[in-house]
Amino acid sequence: MIKMLTGNYASAWGAKLARARVVAAYPITPQTTIVEKIAEFIANGEFDGKYIRVESEHSAMAACIAAENTGVRTFTATSSHGLALMHEMLHWAAGARLPIVMSVVNRALGPPWSIWSDQQDTISQRDTGWLQIYTENNQEVLDSIIMAYRIAENENVLLPIMVIEDAFILSHTMEPVDIPSQELVDKFLPEYDPKYKLDPSSPMGFGSLVMPEGPFMEYKFKGHEAMRSALKIIDEVDSLFKENFGRSYGGSIDTYRIDGADYILVIMGSVASTGKEVVDKLRENGKNVGLVRIRSFRPFPHERLREILKNRRAVGIFDRSYTFGYGGALFSEVRNSLYGLSIPVKGYIGGLGGRDITLDILEKIFNDIIKIGKEGLDRDYEWVGLIGDKRW
Amino acid sequence: MLEIRFHGRGGQGAVIASEILATAAFMEGKYVSSFPYFGVERRGAPVTAFTRIDSRPIRVKTQIYSPDHVIVLDHSLVNAVNVIAGMKRDGLILINTVKNPEDFLFDIKTVATVNASEIALKHSLGSHSAPIVNTSILGAYAAASGVVSLESVKKAIGEVVSRMVDENIASAEEAYKSVKVMKR
Repeated sequence: MIKMLTGNYASAWGAKLARARVVAAYPITPQTTIVEKIAEFIANGEFDGKYIRVESEHSAMAACIAAENTGVRTFTATSSHGLALMHEMLHWAAGARLPIVMSVVNRALGPPWSIWSDQQDTISQRDTGWLQIYTENNQEVLDSIIMAYRIAENENVLLPIMVIEDAFILSHTMEPVDIPSQELVDKFLPEYDPKYKLDPSSPMGFGSLVMPEGPFMEYKFKGHEAMRSALKIIDEVDSLFKENFGRSYGGSIDTYRIDGADYILVIMGSVASTGKEVVDKLRENGKNVGLVRIRSFRPFPHERLREILKNRRAVGIFDRSYTFGYGGALFSEVRNSLYGLSIPVKGYIGGLGGRDITLDILEKIFNDIIKIGKEGLDRDYEWVGLIGDKRW
Repeated sequence: MLEIRFHGRGGQGAVIASEILATAAFMEGKYVSSFPYFGVERRGAPVTAFTRIDSRPIRVKTQIYSPDHVIVLDHSLVNAVNVIAGMKRDGLILINTVKNPEDFLFDIKTVATVNASEIALKHSLGSHSAPIVNTSILGAYAAASGVVSLESVKKAIGEVVSRMVDENIASAEEAYKSVKVMKR
């Protein structure tokens, strides 16, 4: 069934089709319409779940942690300051190895106050132990929520996962979305039945104190290994999804026209969609460019990316987030992937606080990548699209 | 690809208008996207919304800077914002106003007008100070542009609007018949 859906409604449909049993959430723009839609589904009896209203995002995550600990599938959604407020609980969810699925609508962090899109909120949660999948369009939002449960609940992963969409550009934009049938989703997503759970008939302890000599480090090492094995599972689930639903997103990395491309732009999120349009235009003009979209920022596909990029003439990275004082987070990861190779790598930071990333600015970035490929690096990174900067 | 920009005031239904138009085109087998320029919405404040229509999947996710068509839901906006900013000269501008197309001196090929406020009020849509004109103006747009049929607009209203569907459909029909179009 193809319906016109916003990214947020696509997310709500994903949670419904995945049969999440507990949803705990606190509203925040631009996420609110996700949990509003779920509340409506539940009120209409179309969604067999328990909706828990809480007093903050911190409590929303705490409620999901407790529910997930009893062995039921949970879902929540948030944005920006709400995600920041969850920070403590995010560590707990990952440390407790609970495969919670959360929709995050990327929104800038203030001040200055902003409700518009950038990726600072999720990038700031990089080291909490959550998987992070960035999406490009509304169909991918819905499909990624369904895939997210399958990835996170894999016994070699058992880590929570964020499915991330850009504020307004996806969250409030209506696009045609193919909603898969419940039967198909049920076939793809088995019942969630974890080995260890809170169960009064079989009491167990969770999250207790361990001494420095105790298994703390070993426990964290297992989490690290789980994150590493998730990389393979993300790719496998993508293939399996294609077999069942006929759609594929490349797993951890999506590529566009990279065959024979000397100059590559690496990007995350919905701006990749606009970027593909620019690649087509430049290719028509005889420019050898291609695009790589990182879907999985955590775990980061270093080896696979290095394989893809190793023979290129120059690589540019667009970050819709910032690290005060140096280049962006995606830039650092990509450059790490290419360590030891003599490829010029340059970062571009822009689109902050919802600043529109236009066809024109992307074309200028591609042309700059071609330039550094021919003439060498002029600088490691720069901010693009600042008011008054005539270069951009 | 056809790009359409809506100018309205908070409460007039510009965002819903962009959704109804996209839904109507989608029902005719087109690829579409519709989105608001999301401000801090207040009743009466200028609001912008966008619709894209194409025969192939739409990948561009930027705002619309050079629209083919512009739809103005409130005549007072003509003096308040530059409604034809970036517009293509061979495009179409449709304005909700009591005036005639000849009264507007835009350097745009097609200028159309409709008294959508009067039609909306006649069908009890909104209040006298704040009529909800989105469905009326879409009826007028179907007639002036031919981009979507009136039938599709009516079906899309049924899909998107949850209250007073019959009144909204009747408004669209009436505006379809009463729109005035001038080509330069």
